[in-house]
Amino acid sequence: MQLLLKNGRVVDPVTGRDEEMDLLIVDGRIEKTGKGLAAPGAQAIELRGKVVAPGFLDMHVHFREPGFEYKETIASGCASAAAGGFTAVCCMPNTNPPIDDESVIRFIQSKAKEALNGLVDVYPIGAVTMGRKGEHLAPLAELATAGAVAFSDDGSPVFDSELMRRALEYSAMYKKPVIQHAEDPALSKGGVANEGFVSTQLGLPVIPRLAEEVMVVRDIRLAEYTGGQYHVAHVSTAEAVAAVRAAKAKGVPVTCEVAPHHFTLTDEALRGYDTNTKMNPPLRTHGDIEAIKEGLRDGTIDAIATDHAPHSFDEKEVEFQVAPFGIVGLETAIGLAVTELLRKNVLTLTQLVEKFSVNPRRILHLPEIRIEAGAMANLTIFDPAADWVVHPQAFRSQSRNSPFGGFKLTGRAVGVLNNGQASWATPS
Amino acid sequence: MPLHSRHLLGLDGMPREDIQLILDTAVSFREVLDRPIKKVPPLQGKTVANMFFENSTRTRLSFELAERRLSADVLGFAASGSSVSKGETLKDTARNIEAMKVDMVVMRHAAAGATAYLSRIIEANVINAGDGSHEHPTQALLDMFTIREKLSRLQDLHVCIVGDIAHSRVARSNIFGLKTMGARVSVCGPATMIPRDVEKLGVEVYHHIDDVLPTVDAVNVLRIQLERDASRLFPSLREYHNFYGITRKRLEKAGRTITILHPGPINRDVEISADVADSEHSVILQQVLNGVAIRMAVLYLLSSKN
Ligand SMILES: [Zn+2]
Repeated sequence: MQLLLKNGRVVDPVTGRDEEMDLLIVDGRIEKTGKGLAAPGAQAIELRGKVVAPGFLDMHVHFREPGFEYKETIASGCASAAAGGFTAVCCMPNTNPPIDDESVIRFIQSKAKEALNGLVDVYPIGAVTMGRKGEHLAPLAELATAGAVAFSDDGSPVFDSELMRRALEYSAMYKKPVIQHAEDPALSKGGVANEGFVSTQLGLPVIPRLAEEVMVVRDIRLAEYTGGQYHVAHVSTAEAVAAVRAAKAKGVPVTCEVAPHHFTLTDEALRGYDTNTKMNPPLRTHGDIEAIKEGLRDGTIDAIATDHAPHSFDEKEVEFQVAPFGIVGLETAIGLAVTELLRKNVLTLTQLVEKFSVNPRRILHLPEIRIEAGAMANLTIFDPAADWVVHPQAFRSQSRNSPFGGFKLTGRAVGVLNNGQASWATPS
Repeated sequence: MPLHSRHLLGLDGMPREDIQLILDTAVSFREVLDRPIKKVPPLQGKTVANMFFENSTRTRLSFELAERRLSADVLGFAASGSSVSKGETLKDTARNIEAMKVDMVVMRHAAAGATAYLSRIIEANVINAGDGSHEHPTQALLDMFTIREKLSRLQDLHVCIVGDIAHSRVARSNIFGLKTMGARVSVCGPATMIPRDVEKLGVEVYHHIDDVLPTVDAVNVLRIQLERDASRLFPSLREYHNFYGITRKRLEKAGRTITILHPGPINRDVEISADVADSEHSVILQQVLNGVAIRMAVLYLLSSKN
């Protein structure tokens, strides 16, 4: 099969390329690059004004299979990823059973190959501890050998300092990061909202910013001491960003990611007690958003990851304090990033592509993607000028728990190519 | 002039004229309660359901009495613990009760925002009888009514709320209501019981009770919740009493007449000493009676907003 992508703006930070050109794709491989390419018999797709980027990787999703297939399956999650412009995801291990055994990794890998003929690469993240209980190390070497790209107990922190130390030491032998859901459970116990004016007014139990910050600071010291590779999931506070910045300046092996809702919404969104504004870490304040944007700009924050957390309608249709944490994110990520970061001049287009593709792959030691002749086509194509309105009912995800319904966004995925497969958004 | 909302979810954001209307309407019902025959007909043919997901004998009895005094049919629903521990969701419970053709629902629930949620999923008028640490609007209305009755105004009075402000729905509703009515509001308690950024609500924060009492007209003494995991908030009941308890000695030292309120039930000689609770400046029993009048006023005003 031949595909001629015409006049797209190719933005490839790895090769340093940023120019309008054509790409001829033959059997999933980039055959030729250049201007004004002709390929009789190839299907031509006009991409003027669209960005052609190395495939986006969301390093933080919850695909719920095995165990919670009524929220999301690997197949529906992959469909959501493709619709949102991602060619790869890393799925978190809080499944049932959790990913603390290599058999679960193989199960996920086989399900991912069936979904969309393998269009979306699904990289499992192994649990740090057995059952994610924070007591005994999971078989990290076996998990790594089977294909785990990182370790995390996400949803829960690795709270025990000694266990976290051992996890960093052990995982370092396999060059895998430990991804921490940084939350001191003693400080956040029972909490559902950021501690501040809004929680005071709404009378909601609190998750103080401290809960995240004290654990990030502790972990940085553990990473420095052990030399283990440490990655902070979903940073949400100004002080956490500052701690990572200072650690990087010292040369500590630390990286971090931010979720789009944490650079878009504040805890003001909780007024009205909409359970789709309940996530963990909670929505913070305007000052935190400013600090996160500065962290993205200066490179302190390496990656944008959605923390895609599907829940069924009924699970969210309850009292705020009772509802589960989390929102779906794959299909609004590009829109929010373009609207909040690109259009507001926080990031350049190249930086945006780095946060979505280049940096997460580096953190996880995955092969880099190059947009050049001879390389496999692993591409995300998006329209940075497309205006659209978010309709959760139209999501490809099995769940609709998004706080962004009705939001007018700019920037939307057009299509993805990977592993010889392609998926195009139906123009609306 | 009707109320602006068809529910009473809280006093946060409630217009001054609405609070005024409820307080003024309660004056008439308060008079009814002094008559030999205390029953009036306005809610005849209406059904009110009292959904209490948390134990609260006093508030429930007060609402029930108010409903019966207005000639409503009363449906009681008591379930201790949360809806989740019962295995039925709040939505299912509420819809089942509404299916019995209920006109108004009074709800007490452990989760903040539960009444706001309820008002979105059912048609009946919803009255908040306490939602988590969020609001308890009828309590604050009866507190304001009682202060006004005793001191004949609210404007420019200094009211201090003493206790665990962070976990108190009574405190929040009083802050919102009193600020709207033009009172000066302060809160006093150990730093562990003062919620973050509370001063942004326009209140003054005190940690030492003797610093604030000399300028106070009325003090609203919150019940110390013995059942809560309180040992992390203060070391002991003795220490709390010694440093925050409202005692006669303390009041004498303040050198002015201070009206004493307490939402009840009181822990004698913990947050308030027995002699103060029983003193001539205590309006604790008036609060109980006024509570019925306030709830009658709220039920009456909302019943015409269908
Ligand atoms: Zn997490």
